[in-house]
Order: sequence, then structure tokens, then C-alpha cells
Amino acid sequence: MSLLSKTLALATSALIAAATLTSVAQADEATGQQLFPLFSYRTGPYAPSGIPQWAGYRDYFNYINEKGGVNGVKIFVQECETAYTLERAFECYERYKNGYAGAPVAVLFTTSSGFDAAISDKARLDKLPIISVAGGRGDAVDGSVFPYQFPLLFDYWTEASIVIEHIANQAGGYDKLNGLKIATLYHDSGYGRETIQPMAILSEKYGFENIQIAVPHPGEQQQAQWQQIKRAGVDWVFFRAWGVMSPVGLKTAARVGFPADRIIGDIWTGSEEDARPAGAAAKNYLAVSVFPSGTDFEITKELKKNVIDAGKGDLKDVSKFGSVYYNAGLVQAIIYTEILRTGQKKFGNRPLTKEEGQWAAEHLDITAERIAELGATGLLSPLKITPQDHEGDPAAKIVQWDGQKWNAVTDWLKGDRPLFRDAIYARAAAYAKEKGIEPRQAQN
Amino acid sequence: MPSGLLSRLDAPLLPIVAGLLVTFAVIPAMADDYWLSSIIIPTLVMGLAGIGLNLLQGYAGLVSLGSAAFMLIGAFSAYNLILRVPGLPLPLVLLISGLIAAAAGVVFGLPSLRIRGFYLGASTLGAQFFFEWLFSNFTWFSNDSQSLTISAPRLEILGYSLQSPLGRYFLAASVTVLLIGLAFLIVRSRLGREWMAIRDMETAASVLGIRVARRKLQAYAISSFFLGVTGVLWAFAYLGTSDAHTFNLDKSFQVLFIVLIGGVATIFGNFLGAAFIVLTPILLDRVVLAADLSFLGDQGALTNLQRIIFGAIIILLLIKEPDGLSALLRRARQAVRNRYAG
Repeated sequence: MSLLSKTLALATSALIAAATLTSVAQADEATGQQLFPLFSYRTGPYAPSGIPQWAGYRDYFNYINEKGGVNGVKIFVQECETAYTLERAFECYERYKNGYAGAPVAVLFTTSSGFDAAISDKARLDKLPIISVAGGRGDAVDGSVFPYQFPLLFDYWTEASIVIEHIANQAGGYDKLNGLKIATLYHDSGYGRETIQPMAILSEKYGFENIQIAVPHPGEQQQAQWQQIKRAGVDWVFFRAWGVMSPVGLKTAARVGFPADRIIGDIWTGSEEDARPAGAAAKNYLAVSVFPSGTDFEITKELKKNVIDAGKGDLKDVSKFGSVYYNAGLVQAIIYTEILRTGQKKFGNRPLTKEEGQWAAEHLDITAERIAELGATGLLSPLKITPQDHEGDPAAKIVQWDGQKWNAVTDWLKGDRPLFRDAIYARAAAYAKEKGIEPRQAQN
Repeated sequence: MPSGLLSRLDAPLLPIVAGLLVTFAVIPAMADDYWLSSIIIPTLVMGLAGIGLNLLQGYAGLVSLGSAAFMLIGAFSAYNLILRVPGLPLPLVLLISGLIAAAAGVVFGLPSLRIRGFYLGASTLGAQFFFEWLFSNFTWFSNDSQSLTISAPRLEILGYSLQSPLGRYFLAASVTVLLIGLAFLIVRSRLGREWMAIRDMETAASVLGIRVARRKLQAYAISSFFLGVTGVLWAFAYLGTSDAHTFNLDKSFQVLFIVLIGGVATIFGNFLGAAFIVLTPILLDRVVLAADLSFLGDQGALTNLQRIIFGAIIILLLIKEPDGLSALLRRARQAVRNRYAG
């Protein structure tokens, strides 16, 4: 290539680049639709937990759109690959925060705890409601300090109390907890450390011995930790792993002779991807589950008939249909459409703006009857959000791995959320003070 | 003073004035939030990181695979300075954070006195892992925050808040302009010339009376200073929050690629490299979005395809233009000049 043509090529590509990037203001091809920016990670280290989730989202939206949309408003999905990095997620955020191609954005699902924490301040300035289902920062439940942040459905503090509730049920009552040894084996990260404080509170109340053991990221070596557990004569292990740490932990437990049915995994430690690689060591292993797996729910059957069998599904590997992560995506998609319906009831059947989206998210009320109508009984627990409480009514089941699949061994457990209320709201208040935020007066 | 300084730098006045005008008048007037927040600020900051590494690698000929570690030190130092020393003005915070990173750079540069090349790379890799571990295991550094993240304190200069995209742009741009000036001063000074002598032939340099050990440590210190300041900007002017893993090995490699693609031993080339690294993935994503390529496969296949194309472009570029984008640009300019001069 001659120098001139090389330079020309470079200049042309720079021009094309500029033109493509400037075309943010697109033709209004999607006017009348509601934008759902899907911040996906189909590449990178967490792709295996991402791919089935995005399929859950997309299949449900597909199904809703084929039936005419949400009260006639179609959902316009724009996927934006983040590879689970903050930088890419920021670009996606800036690209879609004001809508796209004539379709407005009502609420934004952050799909990663790290990004959810990082975007918190920006979203507050942009007045864009951000939603993180069963993840995100715990103190954001205080809607007066975090008007635009919604850690919906579940949190790790409640999870800790559900684990204790289950152990108490097995032991024959809360009074039997006194003297038991309960170890928390956690991934040494922000996510992993979330349960240190609630376990301390619970231990003080019920008198069990609280043992906290950290595993450094990524956790492919846990011999020392499990030996410590075995030596200490621990009765139960609350296992808060992520990624490769889960199967390694289960295998190591089997090697030192700690029974799998005395290990209770975290919600992100309880998928097929966590248990299956551990093989026989995972049999009878327990886990907390907000996203029960299975294909027997009414809505899953509908999806199977109308989307999967019709060849319109997003999954390449159809065996993932109904898996924990697929159903996680499905549950989140259902919550999203219900937020839209809530807003439409007040503002009319049209695409909602972000102000309307914020109102809708704060007044979301998915009752048991509504869940039955949606065909999601057993898949989703009732959820009611208020301007003061941005989480709702957390509940989870305990599930058990039988070597092939997860089976629920309890109904929805509620734990003891009121026990933590003061501690969580105190954290929110401290945050408000550090940042100089004036807590909003509660209004309905 | 300025005219004397400029003539010593052999810098033409016109391009400098034009550059400053574009930086502080044209861009702020024309760019919207999207351009500022997700394209211009990251390009500027990563370009600056490129300069940091280029001083070390391009000019002094020393290797480093731990650039991100020094950015990390800068970011956490700034956070703690603002938090624990109330009333410290932002420019001083930036300066001190840079100096702390520089001190760490000297410590991890010590092995360069004994070992060379590939082995030296391994020792800087040590810095990368050590500081990531340090800042994620000692919660004091993140003010005992449960999530181990540090979030931007209120950024302000003389009471003027820099929280808006424009404010953050001005912060990043002013620091960048100052540091570009500093970089030029350094590489054209005796220090820079001696670095290049060491790079080209260390034995000859020491025979000439250059104090090699001292110069090498200075290279690590100055490079780390640049990287430390860059880290503050990356964490607070661009991201807003970060944790130790924001500055992982990937980031170190990104900085390395910026140097290779932009051009080794250049200053402005780093910004070309940064623009390439920051923009190409976004562009590819946009192109895939605009042109309906669904016939090539599903969404998952398309995202992977983008990564393949990105990698292919880098390889092609380095084969066709091993001296980087800046060499291509320089020769193009020369060609145009010859045509009109002759």
C-alpha cells in the first residue's frame, strides 16, 4: 500500500468513525416503543452466568411483544455488551440514558453489582431510576436517601437470616441454636463481606458461635479453610462463593469429610453451573434460591410452546432452558413489565419517561393473585415497593441438589428482616451525611 | 520566559495556540455529555497513561507490566488525602498522589539495576499483584467501606464544582495539557537525552559518564508520577468510583497496547493509541448495531466477532505500521509538505 492510499484509508476510517459516533440521534424508528437497554456480558469471565440470563430476558420480551406488547407498547430491546467491565458499561449508560431512536427509557437494569455501585451517583444526577434485582448495595433500600436506586426483591442480610431460620427449623427451634457452630465461608470481596455484619447481629441474638472465614479471589484453593472448619467441629457452613469458588469448595468439603447437606450456598452459589462441576461431591448440597429453576411453571410452559419450540428463542444450548440463571433473567423481565404496567395505570398506555418510571418503580405491587395471573406462581414471590422501602418483601426458598437438578425443600422463607432495619437505615444515613445528601421527605 | 522556553523546546507557537484553543474552547462548546463522558475523557486519560509508560519504555528502554498498579496507588492516595486531610486543595491532592506513586515506582524500579528485559517485566508484574492485593485486603484504604469501593469525593477547585461532565472534562484536560508540557520538557532535557543513551546502549552510556542507576530510578519515579496522576483522573474524573480491581492486569496491558499502537518514544502518539483502544470497540459495536448483521449469527456470536475483528485490526496495524500510528501520521505530513514545498 502506498503512503498516500494508507493515509487516505486512515482519514476515511476516521471520518466514518466520527460519522457513526455522531449518529446518536437516530431516525425515530422506534417511536411509540419502550426502550430496554440490556447491559449484557456474553464475553469475559462471567459469560456463563450471563448468557442464560439474557435469554430469559429476551425470550420473555419476545413473547410479550408477539402478544401485542405491554398494553400495546412494545419493548424495544437494545443489547449493549459490557464484558462485565465498568468502562464498557459506562459507555452503554451514556449511550442509552436519554432513550434511543425515539424510544424513551423508563428504568435501567444494571445487571452487575459492581456497575450498580459505580453508577449510583451519576444516576442520581441524571434522575434515572436504576434497578438491581437481588444484588446491589444493601443500604439503598432507604428510598429517602436513594430515590433513584432500587435493590429489588432480595438482599444478603435477609439471606443470612433465612439461612439461620432454616438451620433453626432443622434443629427444632430458634432456642436450639444456642451453642451451635455456624461458619460463613465467603469470597473475599465486597459481595462476600456483606454478610459479616448481619451474622454478628444474628449470633448475638440466638447465641450460636459465629465463625467467619475468608477465601481470597478467585478461590481455587480452599484446603486450609475446610480443614479449619472440620477441626473446629462446625455444624453448618453458610457458603458464599462466586464462580469457580463454588465447585472447588464442594469438592474440598467432600475431601475433608464435611457433609454436603450441612452446607447452605448463597443465591449466586446455587445454580447448575455451581453444583454440576463438583460431581458427586455436590449431592444433597443446599442453597438459598430466589430464582427457582424448573420448567413446570405456567409461564415457562408458555415460553416453551411459543418461543423455544417455535425456534425464536435466544438460547443456543436449549438445555439451559429453565436453569437458575435462565429463570433469573425471566423473573427480572417479568418485574420490568410489571413496572411498566404500574406506570401505565397512572400515566396512560404509552411509553414512560424516566420520571414516570421512578414513580412506577416506587409504587410497584405484585400480589400473589397477580403472580398467578402471570403464570409465575412458585417462580416469583410477592413484591411491594414503597417510596420508603425500595426492596419489597424479600423471600427465598431452600433448594437441594439431587445430583441432576435443584429441588425446593422449603416454601418461601422470610427470615427476620426487621431485625436489621435499624442497622441498614443507619448505614444509609451515614452515607447521606458523607455525601451531604438531604434525605427526601417521604410522600405517597 | 515563555518565548525562551518555547524556542528551547523547538516548538512552533501556532500549533500550540491552536491546540489550546481546541482543547479549552472548541471541544467544550461543541461536545455533548455523551462525547465528553464516554469518549473524550477516557481517551485523554488513557493517553496520559500512555505517556507515563512511554517515558519509561520508549525513552528509557525499561519494561513495565505493572502500569495499572501505579494508577491504583494514585487513585487510593487521592481518595485518602481528600478524606483524611480536609481542606487540601485538589491540585495539591493530585501532586501528592503522583509523588506517592513515584515513591512506589522507585521501590519497584530497584530490580532494574540488576536485571534486564523480560525478567524485569516479571518484577514489575509483582507490583501489579501486590498493590491489587494490598488495597483489596486492608479496608482502611477504602475507609472501611463494606464493598471495598472508593467513590469520588466532591471535586472542586476554589469552590467551583467539577461534578458535571464539563467540569470533569476541564479537570482532565488541564492536567493533561500541563503534563504534556512537562513530558516535552523532560524528554528534551539532559535527563531525556541520557535516558535515550541508556536505552540505545547502556554500556556506552556508562562509559560516557552517565549515572545509569540514578537515571533508571528517575525514569521509574517520573513514569509512576504520571501514572499516579492518571489513576486519580481515571477513578474520579472518568469512572466516579473504583475499586482495586479497576486497575487490574488488563488495564496494564491496555496501557502497553496504547504505547505500541500509538508509537514508542512519542508523546502525542499516545493519544492516537488511546483513541484507537477506547474507540474501536465502541465503533464496532455501533456498526454491528446499525448494519443488521443478524444473518451472521445470534447476539453472542456477534459480540465475539467484534473481539475477533478488534484483535485482527491490532495485528494488521502492527504488521503494516510497526512504528505505530504516529509514524504513519508523521510520514503523511512529510509527504504533503514535500509536495507543496517542491
